[in-house]
Amino acid sequence: MQKRNLITFLSLLLAAVFLTVLFVAVTNSNKIEKEITPLATTIIELDEKTIASSGFVNDTGVSQVIQHCTQCHSSTLVTQNRLSEAGWKATIEWMQETQNLWDLGKNEERIIAYLAKNYGPTKKGRRQPIKGVEWYELD
Amino acid sequence: MNRRKFASTLSLASISAALGAELVFAGQMPKGYLPLGLNDPDPFSLFQKDKDMVVLNEKPWNMEAKAHLLNDRVTPNRFMFIRNNGKIPKNIDISNWKLTIDGESVQQQKSYSLKELQTNFTSYSYQLTLECGGNGRSEFNPPAKGNQWTIGAVSCAKWTGVRLKDVLRDVGIQSDAVYIGYHSADTHLSGDPNKEPISRGVPIAKALEDETLIAYEMNGGPIPLVHGHPLRLVCGGWPASVSGKWLQRISVRNKVHDGAKMGGSSYRIPCEAVAPGSKVKDNDMCIIESMPVKSLITYPKTGALLKKNILQINGHAWAGELQVEKMECSIDFGSTWQVCKLEKPANRLAWQHFAATIAFPKKGYYEVWARATDEHGKSQPMVLPGWNPKGYLNNACHRIAVKVV
Ligand code: HEC
Repeated sequence: MQKRNLITFLSLLLAAVFLTVLFVAVTNSNKIEKEITPLATTIIELDEKTIASSGFVNDTGVSQVIQHCTQCHSSTLVTQNRLSEAGWKATIEWMQETQNLWDLGKNEERIIAYLAKNYGPTKKGRRQPIKGVEWYELD
Repeated sequence: MNRRKFASTLSLASISAALGAELVFAGQMPKGYLPLGLNDPDPFSLFQKDKDMVVLNEKPWNMEAKAHLLNDRVTPNRFMFIRNNGKIPKNIDISNWKLTIDGESVQQQKSYSLKELQTNFTSYSYQLTLECGGNGRSEFNPPAKGNQWTIGAVSCAKWTGVRLKDVLRDVGIQSDAVYIGYHSADTHLSGDPNKEPISRGVPIAKALEDETLIAYEMNGGPIPLVHGHPLRLVCGGWPASVSGKWLQRISVRNKVHDGAKMGGSSYRIPCEAVAPGSKVKDNDMCIIESMPVKSLITYPKTGALLKKNILQINGHAWAGELQVEKMECSIDFGSTWQVCKLEKPANRLAWQHFAATIAFPKKGYYEVWARATDEHGKSQPMVLPGWNPKGYLNNACHRIAVKVV
């Protein structure tokens, strides 16, 4: 009886040690950074749900934009901006010259057209009305 | 952070399950491509930020306050804006952390451990105003690119550390020193280990000011990770990007520092004013130094419905290297101004607190506008100041909406 308890205990201990080793190995392998690899010109047409979750407007060119423009930073760094075609082109050139952005090849034209159409500038004037006021009672 | 790592090792099947949708063409997904639904951990708990803070960008992390969140005299961590240019360093080992001083204009290269910095030099505490150069960018027309900050990329926390000038004296600097540049442990978004996300600095005169600190504490505790743990260069009154986080090295240069984001249109404005939307050549751009005079009404929060026709307001005002000399407010769009009570700063480069009691003549919609004037007589403009390609230095008057009902 006692011997059997000891055996159970030892095998449990062994299992625990094994699991710990396994866990450490797995968590360490998780530490390997996601690598950013320059994309080839082949682009997958993404499905609607993926597009919706990306935060980008669904329009022609969105698959190119998502796959090229969310590799280094989040989509919100892109979608916050309102730039003209020249402005988007200049931004892309700036990233190519200084931030390791790759040559976008034949996708560049589509990407710029998409961005200028869906994230183009709006006229704001020199000072806008106060926006988004939520009224509340103050005593 | 951990969720991202975790997600990158998930199988495609579990990714589909987590997204609640099947990933079409999953087999052809580019290597390393991660669907966006999965990669955002909760930044509020991650960085101990108030839930009302606004996330502008989750990679790199950029987050700003709203005016009413900044009502504290000394900004606590939970209301402090985040502006990151790259990825936050991982596995910071404070027992082996070194600060190295090098560059063309040092007599010798020298390194200090955190302990050596803390024991070999006198420590000082200052309340220092740090404002992002691009605070207010969202208002420029034509729009300027980058994070679209509204008004909340400013803070005034209490920083504790040693004076950079004491450390530079210990190292010994040569008479040809003109600039210092910092180097930090954050990593570039592209994953390139040889590329610094940002490496900026200040002229030697600013570096040698009493208030320029190599800080190891913020608000009496270790500097939070996202704000530069364990060491941060803090140069109050200048664009916050010169206050390098995760500080590892300071180079004393015999020329203007040429690190990442010192050139082009980064943190630079046209040397001579240009018409909105102009193209400006690199050679015609000048580095931003002191931030301009500015103020915020931090109480009440915009949108107050008042049953009485009396309102107490308060807020802060700052002027880069200078002091704020006068604070005024207006309820008639600048037709008339009322002088506010203005306190002296806790120390040089700390923001100053103001308060006023406002009486409204009758019921209706009002805007309370605030305007600060610096010791050189320069005031905040009511409209946007000069346009510049990257939308820096918007110090237009802040205003809140109130209704007397
Ligand atoms: C190889 C990495 C990489 C890729 C891929 C990339 N970017 Fe960027 N991008 C950067 C870096 C780095 C920054 C600077 C981030 C910061 O300062 O916070 C940046 C900044 C930006 C900004 C803000 C510009 C500014 O001046 O602050 C915009 C807009 C932008 N990217 C759009 C895009 C678009 C559109 C694409 C797709 C064509 C793209 N990015 C792909 C690296 C990249």
